Amino acid sequence: MANPTGIGAAILRKEDRRFITGRGNYVADLKRPGMTMGVFVRSPHAHAMVRGVDATAALAMPGVLAVLTGADLAADGVGGLPVGWGITGKDGLPMKEPPHPALADGKVRYVGDAVAFVVAETLELARQAAESVVVDYDVLPAAVGVLDAVRPDAPLLFDDVPGNLCCDWDMGDRAAVDAAFAGAAHVARISLTNNRLIGNPMEPRAAVAEYESSTDRTTLWTTSQFPHVVRLLMGNFVLKIPQHKLRVVAPDVGGGFGVKQFHYAEEAVLTWAARRIGRPIKWVCDRSEGFISDAHGRDHVTEAEMALDETGKFLALRVSTLANMGGYLSTFGPNIPTNLYAPLLAGVYTTPAIYCEVKCVFTNTVPVDAYRGAGRPEATFLVERLVDICAAELGMDRIAIRRRNMIPKEAYPYQTPMVVEYDSGDPVGCMDRALEVADWAGFAARKQESARRGRYRGIGISTYVEACGLAPSRLAIRMGARGGLYESATVRVHPTGDVTVLIGTHSHGQGHETTFAQIVSEKLGVPVERIDIVFGDTDKVQFGMGTYGSRSLVVGGSALSKAADKIILKGRKIAAHQLEAGLDDVVFENGVFSVVGTDRRRSFDEISLSAYVPADFPLEALEPGLEEQAYYDPVNFSYPGGAHIAEVEVDRETGSVELVAYTAVDDVGTVINPIIVAGQLHGGITQGVGQALCESAVYDEGSGQLLSGSFMDYCMPRADMMPRMEIQTHSTPCAHTDLGTKGCGEVGTIGSPAAVTNAIVDALSELGIAHIDMPASPNRIWRIMQNARLPHAAE
Amino acid sequence: MKPFAYHRPTDLAQAAALLASTPDAAIIGGGMSLLPVLKLRLAEHAALVDLGRIDGLRNITAGNAELSIGAGARHAEVAASPEVARTIPALAALAGGIGDPHVRNRGTLGGVLANSDPAADYPAAVLALGASIHTNRRSLLADTFFRGLFTTALEPGEIITRVTFPVPLAAGYAKFRSPASRFAIVGVFVARFAEGVRVAATGAGPCVFRVRHMEEALTGSFTGQAIAGMTVAADGLNGDIHAEPSYRAHLVGVMARRAVAAALAA
Repeated sequence: MANPTGIGAAILRKEDRRFITGRGNYVADLKRPGMTMGVFVRSPHAHAMVRGVDATAALAMPGVLAVLTGADLAADGVGGLPVGWGITGKDGLPMKEPPHPALADGKVRYVGDAVAFVVAETLELARQAAESVVVDYDVLPAAVGVLDAVRPDAPLLFDDVPGNLCCDWDMGDRAAVDAAFAGAAHVARISLTNNRLIGNPMEPRAAVAEYESSTDRTTLWTTSQFPHVVRLLMGNFVLKIPQHKLRVVAPDVGGGFGVKQFHYAEEAVLTWAARRIGRPIKWVCDRSEGFISDAHGRDHVTEAEMALDETGKFLALRVSTLANMGGYLSTFGPNIPTNLYAPLLAGVYTTPAIYCEVKCVFTNTVPVDAYRGAGRPEATFLVERLVDICAAELGMDRIAIRRRNMIPKEAYPYQTPMVVEYDSGDPVGCMDRALEVADWAGFAARKQESARRGRYRGIGISTYVEACGLAPSRLAIRMGARGGLYESATVRVHPTGDVTVLIGTHSHGQGHETTFAQIVSEKLGVPVERIDIVFGDTDKVQFGMGTYGSRSLVVGGSALSKAADKIILKGRKIAAHQLEAGLDDVVFENGVFSVVGTDRRRSFDEISLSAYVPADFPLEALEPGLEEQAYYDPVNFSYPGGAHIAEVEVDRETGSVELVAYTAVDDVGTVINPIIVAGQLHGGITQGVGQALCESAVYDEGSGQLLSGSFMDYCMPRADMMPRMEIQTHSTPCAHTDLGTKGCGEVGTIGSPAAVTNAIVDALSELGIAHIDMPASPNRIWRIMQNARLPHAAE
Repeated sequence: MKPFAYHRPTDLAQAAALLASTPDAAIIGGGMSLLPVLKLRLAEHAALVDLGRIDGLRNITAGNAELSIGAGARHAEVAASPEVARTIPALAALAGGIGDPHVRNRGTLGGVLANSDPAADYPAAVLALGASIHTNRRSLLADTFFRGLFTTALEPGEIITRVTFPVPLAAGYAKFRSPASRFAIVGVFVARFAEGVRVAATGAGPCVFRVRHMEEALTGSFTGQAIAGMTVAADGLNGDIHAEPSYRAHLVGVMARRAVAAALAA
């Protein structure tokens, strides 16, 4: 009997009623008694000494309560922001980890760096006061792009970080790679830029902090993907507030994409200031402020080369990347272009030797950290672009070269040369299905038809694998994680059989209230209407690591599955007692406990009631109650993969690219809710298309001003850019997670940039164009077409 | 947004008196340009004089030779107007392509012209059609109205009341949108009259301008081929992260040919 709300059921999301009707409860909606408003004074300069902050005029305004600076933080003994992941360089030394004060300490290092915090009775007053704060800046030359920042004469952000180099890191077998290149029949090369992105979740960041002196308890409501980690980092390392005296709440959160996965300076400043002035304080980031204070993503400059034999077999891959860290290390900054990047460079191929070196570079820009995909889109883009270049240079078919090098299904589990071991996968199967669905074979006819309309048409494929389900603590800690990465769940069965789940992940658009309820429904036979999922409040929920890196279902869902199994075991014990049977003879199926081979049975609801009405329990052997908890730490990452195919038309006159077809065949393991998976794919692919076609954070190289500092200039992908997407799954269940799930939150963002870019290059290949950097804006394409046509015109 | 006084006069005389008597007062039509600037605190005014309650300022009327649109007409009203569709359908299409539905239901013709944003659509039509801009003081020809970047011939306190457009034999508009803002990177309006063709480009330079060599060529032959390969000089054109000046110069040619094609297809 199929459970209508169990695993695999295509049901609508439980949470959408409140979101669609405007009844969500966001941080900016909060009102607390006596609440004040805070505004940050931010640096207009990319790099400057702060000679003084004069708040006289601001403090003279009636209703202005405080103007706080880095000096006040220091006087109160407030620490800098911690980094959650440390890496070690080629030289065996730890990365350079300069202090990251929550308010500037004598120097500002990017446009948007916070210099002072103004608290007033109203927002308007706080803004006026902030505008009247006079900061005396001594402007310094700025190091803006990574290529500029590593020049010998570059301005230094930190006196004790020579060359602005946070870490010169590597992974892989350099000698084996060098040897393979020495004997290679062919070497294909690529130079590329992975464009810097700004996440721009629909809900800007916000926080409310409150201190209750009678209980000495502090509460921070914040737009966070991981409230427990904020409590730990802020309470323990920055403000020194005991964990049991600090509550962090992340209520409804309107999108994260990684942007809300860090412990931000504003959280610490608000909490500290609320305790200091004894009044609750609210801060809501406005959109313009978000552009210059939310952590950015990507931003690599890379040189890579592939060694091949004469048959197109990959022999070795060598990669050298400059990764932009921004002005300070954000919570996970140094981990992203290293541990989440290099291990994925094997992709879905058998490349036997790989060497990757990454220089993490400080620049006078907003700190860079994880953004949906985080390191893995960068790796995939590099590999899949380079594979196309290999094919073009060898005169091979793009599919044939992939097929020649792909890891066969039978070879799983597959140990790559870059630490990770893929547990399961079927890249050839995904690719073949995608080729069929996209009608790859019929492309030539479509290209001719486009040509008749005066348009270039191209088709591109990207096959990929990613590591998600962060993470196995043992492996992560070996790679530099300064904490564990398990997840936790509590299943609380009420006397009525209704269920409340307390889970350590955080849903900010992913649909956890439905997906997790479906897992419990499948396990316990209770319909999802009788199951609530609670998260995001450290006072309610046991310690959990939160939501990022496509981990919630894989790690949190496994914890939940294990907790539900414990409930079933406890229920069987109660049933065995009541039905006077041995535990081994009691089975639980379809929501009913029964004694094998008899008609003796108890429903789930009956057992639930019994658990709380233990009239005759053998109390030494059977405790009352029906509530269980599980912590789950996976033995490995999970490795979703797939094949994405994009088809584009390019306007010969304007250079505009139109995405005309998109096919994704993804291996995300077991699917709990196909509607939610499709939604994750739609969103992820669209964000990847955004990176490929239009999104780019552009800084002025001289001044360090953010030129794309609003939606007037930062081009978000829009619905009208997207064709109908053909989404299919081709699953090989994960070998080591409880439910076989692999994660689907980031796959769209990982597969799509290379698929789209490969399609554009294919469209323009008749002009002799071999590579185009992202974003493929009309101006960039036009310029490249012009340059490509010039020599022909001269002939 | 900083505090300001807000006035809603019901006739032009009241509006003019308020503007004359209130220091640092600004006129607000739909507010689609002014409000964002105020909200970003990039500008402040002691007072706003809202023209939205003035009777008759939104009327659209048409004879055979002339179309008259009140300065307060919303873009959505122009786009949906039977009078505009009958006389200058290219103008209705232009209005229907401004901004998004929110902007089209708030923004006004007069507001756009008074602002003279280099990326606005309407100035291309007003200049190419040789329209007249009528104010509470005088009438101005389009050729003398637009003076430069956010600069017009309007005097302080002068209120645009309506715009009259000569009805052309054919007209067309084509624009290339900024991928980010969707404003015109380049928009070209072509209008064919018995006495000749007029071509105006917006978005490309600091201010809308006529493209005389295309006008001459199109007056000779109103076809895309007549201006094939034609472009404008890149010197002095706008350049930003989305479009360098030479790309804009190229797009003026492409959009002009597409505007002619649209005019011929109408």
